[in-house]
Order: sequence, then structure tokens, then C-alpha cells
Amino acid sequence: MTDAAGKPHLSRAHLLDLLRQMLRIRRFEEKCAELYTKEKIRGFLHLYIGEEAIAAGVMRCLTPTDAVVATYREHGHAIARGIPMQPVMAEMYGKQEGCSHGRGGSMHIFDAKTRFYGGNAIVGGGLPLAVGLALADRMQRRSNVTACFFGEGAVAEGAFHESLNLADLWQLPVLFVCENNLYAMGTALARSESETDIHRKAESYRVPAEVVDGMDPVAVEAAASRAVAAVRAGNGPRFLECRTYRFRAHSMFDPELYREKAEVEQWRKRDPIPHLIGWMREAGALHDPDLAALEAEVAAEIEAAIAFAEQSSWEPIEDLTRDVYAPVQP
Amino acid sequence: MIAETRDGGFTETTYREAVRTAIREALLSDDRVFLMGEDVGRYGGCYAVTKGLLAEFGPERIRDTPLSEGAFVGAGIGAALGGMRPIVEVMTVNFSLLALDQIVNNAATIRHMSGGQFAVPVVIRMATGAGRQLAAQHSHTLEGWYAHVPGLKVVAPATIEDARGMLSAALADPNPVIIFEHVLLYAVAGKLPAVPAPISLTGAAVRREGHDITLITYGGSLPKTLAAADSLASEGISAEVIDLRCLRPLDTATIVRSVSRTRRAVIIDEGWRSGSLSAEVAARLMEDAFWELDAPIGRVCSEEVPIPYPRHLEEAALPQAAKIVSAAHVALGR
Repeated sequence: MTDAAGKPHLSRAHLLDLLRQMLRIRRFEEKCAELYTKEKIRGFLHLYIGEEAIAAGVMRCLTPTDAVVATYREHGHAIARGIPMQPVMAEMYGKQEGCSHGRGGSMHIFDAKTRFYGGNAIVGGGLPLAVGLALADRMQRRSNVTACFFGEGAVAEGAFHESLNLADLWQLPVLFVCENNLYAMGTALARSESETDIHRKAESYRVPAEVVDGMDPVAVEAAASRAVAAVRAGNGPRFLECRTYRFRAHSMFDPELYREKAEVEQWRKRDPIPHLIGWMREAGALHDPDLAALEAEVAAEIEAAIAFAEQSSWEPIEDLTRDVYAPVQP
Repeated sequence: MIAETRDGGFTETTYREAVRTAIREALLSDDRVFLMGEDVGRYGGCYAVTKGLLAEFGPERIRDTPLSEGAFVGAGIGAALGGMRPIVEVMTVNFSLLALDQIVNNAATIRHMSGGQFAVPVVIRMATGAGRQLAAQHSHTLEGWYAHVPGLKVVAPATIEDARGMLSAALADPNPVIIFEHVLLYAVAGKLPAVPAPISLTGAAVRREGHDITLITYGGSLPKTLAAADSLASEGISAEVIDLRCLRPLDTATIVRSVSRTRRAVIIDEGWRSGSLSAEVAARLMEDAFWELDAPIGRVCSEEVPIPYPRHLEEAALPQAAKIVSAAHVALGR
């Protein structure tokens, strides 16, 4: 899990927090899948299960005034960023107490308090927004970083190339985080890209890039911490290619005809959660009662979130056209 | 009002200079305002609108961009979310198709998808229209497409006063506003009050009063429509001319009020007839003024053909004063 070189000394509390964040995401989404079969959650539901180490590791490196732009597979980012689970779950239900007032659903989680700018469901569509948010911070002399998450499918979009070019040309404070889970929905990377080493694409725009094991939250955090420091220091954008795997189907409608079960099983052996647990146990940083207590704490948080969502209300139909336009001040 | 020059309170100007003055004033009055787009800086703007602004305001606020419409329009949306007041110039509506995803999927939706948490106060300016023999890929009129989308505001300044005033109104508006400037209007000269009155971003304007028929238009077709009204006047026909100004939201009340009085209407729209803005205006008149009409509503639109290069064919494809006069005759039954 760690190598001797370049790894910071990690306290037990630090490791427990990484584990807690990954467990919160994992258990939340497992419950979401259940709630989907009960038709409590509808529409598209894209699960992040298997990729939790990335959100858990990167979010630890951000300050409260930094900005986050994510994709339609963003529950993990939202939770790790610190949006309370209750309004996130209410959003999954489509209730008006949801963090996006119920108007967005699973794919469109927004939160002004944590500067969480979605929940963007057009592949690659969030990258230009991140460039603009970073430009606004730069022009207003704020030292914020904008972290922009996207999958490897996005690198086939023009928006990816245009955004990396612009971010580097203008030396903007963006951390690009590519979550390379090898499949753009059902299209394998090698079937869609002539260059499958994605970090090389970033380097071709002169954006310094690093490849990191996306199944290792400690490695992700270490790389993100270096990258964020460089971005915040005004050295322009940085790029992380996190190699990871989606354990579940693309969405709840996906029969997974495009990949072998054996491949999924191979990757499951690298599941970041049991790995971190095993490593902490070996290091004497985690004992059975600790884990049980952590699981119980997470389960209670999720139960409270579900109860909140259940008790939340449906927006009246009379409100249908609200929030299309912001009111103009006279 | 414009004709009263004796007090010296008016200046001779052009539509192009009026837009430049408006941009300059916005930059002077609000630190959050900046301009970005292709060739807006060193080149001075494809239509010379932004000439001199780089020297005055510097490259931080007058930003030349790469030819990346999706990225720089999206960055304008992101910068607006981040507290700036960007003016994004897309050279022409033709190239805005490369930024359509950002405009339709982000600018128009983020306020709604976020449950009202975020506003997107971006202003996107673009040149539009045909008439310069630039052939099919550089002659589009797609205002109607943008006006179709809830969440956007769409305006088409057709006069020098509106060219001057609509920008500051757009910047003061917390919503994404798209400003369409017709390429043939940039050189139009006229007088402007030295201290202009505030201009509203909403509402149609009656540009000429009349009682026999209502001619409804917007943008680059306004001068042609006014010419047609002159021609009709010489035959003793009194045409009222309405400039829609704001294509979304549409000011239905003003057109219904006028048509209820004149009982006849022709809509002039440089967009293609099928699915055009003129179709929307006609439908609203059917809904709200059907019993007031004495004749079917006429339409003068572009012919259903990609705009051709040769002058005579391009002219034949576009609305012209003579076609408007003919359509008025049909509506009047004479």
C-alpha cells in the first residue's frame, strides 16, 4: 500500500478518516441501489463503487473555499466534499429538501456552501466550467483551486482538449482529475483512443501530469496534495490520471455485455476498502471493535439520511416553473 | 426624439461604435466585467467592434482566445458562476454551434438544476445574419433556436439606441443573455443622446405607428421593414412596425394590442420559415387575437435553402422590402 519514498507519515486519525469517507460512499451507494429497486430513486443512477479512493483522497487536499466540478457519477464526490448526506439522499428521491431542491436528482447534485458545481451529465461538459471558475478566482486574486473530476471517456471530447489548452495557456488554477475506469459506458479505452496513456495527452498541452493508483487512497492523496500545492502556488494547472475500476454496471440498466466477469473479479481483489483495512490492521492502527464502531456510525448516518428523505416533501406543481430565471433586481 | 439635435445633446455615431461605447462603459463601471473571444484584442474584433479596447484595458480584461468556442463560452459560464460578469464574444452565430452544448446544457440549466442556488450572469454577444455573400456556412440566422430554450434570455438590438443600451441591461441581469447583432447593422449611422436613457431588456417597441396593418420583425430585418412601410405609405397604406427587440421572453401583449387594432399582420423573419420565430409569433396571435383578425397572418422568411453565394440568389433567398410590400398587399386583399 505504501512505499518508503515520498509518503508522509500518516496518523491513525488520518487513516481512519480516509476509511470513514470511503465507507460512507460505499454504504450510501449500496443503499441507493436497494432504494432504486424499490423505486424510491428513479431516472439514471450511476454508482461510484470501486472508485471511492479517488474522491476520498483528493477532497482531503481541498480547502472550504476551493471549487469542485464533477460528473453524473458524483455521489462520492458530494459526500466526501462534505455535503451532508441527508439533503443528498433527499435529492436522490427528488424531494424539495434535496440539496438541489429536488430538481436535479442523482446526476445533478449542487451545493453553494461547499462550492460544488454539479453534477454535470454531458461528458466533458464540466471542464470548460472548471476553467471559468478558476479564471474567476484568478481575476479576483483569490488563491482557490478548482478540482475538476471526469472519466477517461471525456478525453475523446473536444471540450477536454480545448479546456486543457486554455487552462495551461492562461496558467489557471485547475486540478484536472481523470478517473480512468477503462470504460466509457461500454466502450473500452483501447477501442476508442489511439493513445491510451491519458496523462500523455495532458503533457502534450504542457500540463504536468502524474499517474496514480486510483485504488489506493493514500497514493491518491499524496499525489493530489503535491498537485494542489503547485496549483495553489500559481504554477498553472495540474493533471492526475487515477487508474481505477467501476465494480458495478455503468447505470442500473446496463447488462454488462462488454467486459468479462473474470476481469471484474481481478479488479475486485484490489478493492480499496479491504486493502486499507488490511493495511491498517497490519500496522496496528485498526482493530475489530474500531471497524464495527465505524460501520455502525456510517449505517446510522445513512439510516438518518433515508429517514430525512422519506419525511421530505414533494414540491407543489404550482412551483413548476420556479428557478428557470433569477429575479432581476430593479 | 432622436431628431432633436439643436440642444447639442446628441452625437453622430454608428451601431458598431455604439456597441463599443457600451462595452467600454461596462468595463469602466464594473471591475467584474471582462471581454473574451476570438480576435477581440490585437485584431480589434472581426467587425472592428472592440478596436482600441486592448490598449485601454490590457490583456487581463480584453482576452484573445484560441478558436475553442466550447471552452471559452463554457469558461464564460464558469467565470459568471465564480462571481465575474463576462462578456463573451462569439465571432458569429455560425461558430456558436460549436458552443451549443455549453449554452443549452449549462448556461440555461444550472440555475434550475441547482434549485436556484447559482446564477449565471454571462452575456454572450454574436454577429448574425446574411447579406454579405458569405455563402451557406457564414450566413445563418439561428436566433429562433436560442429563443426556444427556457433559462436563456435572447435579445436582438436593431437600433443604435438598443445597441448602446441593451448591453448594460444584459450585464445587470443575473441570467444568461444572448445578444444578436446583425452584420448589416454595424455600419448603420445615426444620432445618439450623449447621456442615453436606460434601456429595458424586455418588451417590444413600436418603431412606426400605423392603423391598416402591423408588420412585426426584429434585428436586421427592421430597416427592410421600415422601407416597406415607407413604400406602403406612398400608396396610402398606413403600416405599424413592431420591433420585437427581445426574442425571449416574447412580448405578446404589444403585438396582440397592435394587431387587435389593425386586424392584419405580416411577420418578417430572416430565419427559415419552418419552425422559425415567425411561426411562434403567428401561433401566439392565433391563440390571443384570432377573433380580431380580418385576414390570415402573412410571413416573409428566408427561403428553404442554404444561403447561396451569388448576389442575385442570396437576395432572392432573404426577406426584402418588395416581398414585404407584396405580403402586406395579400393581407390587405388589395
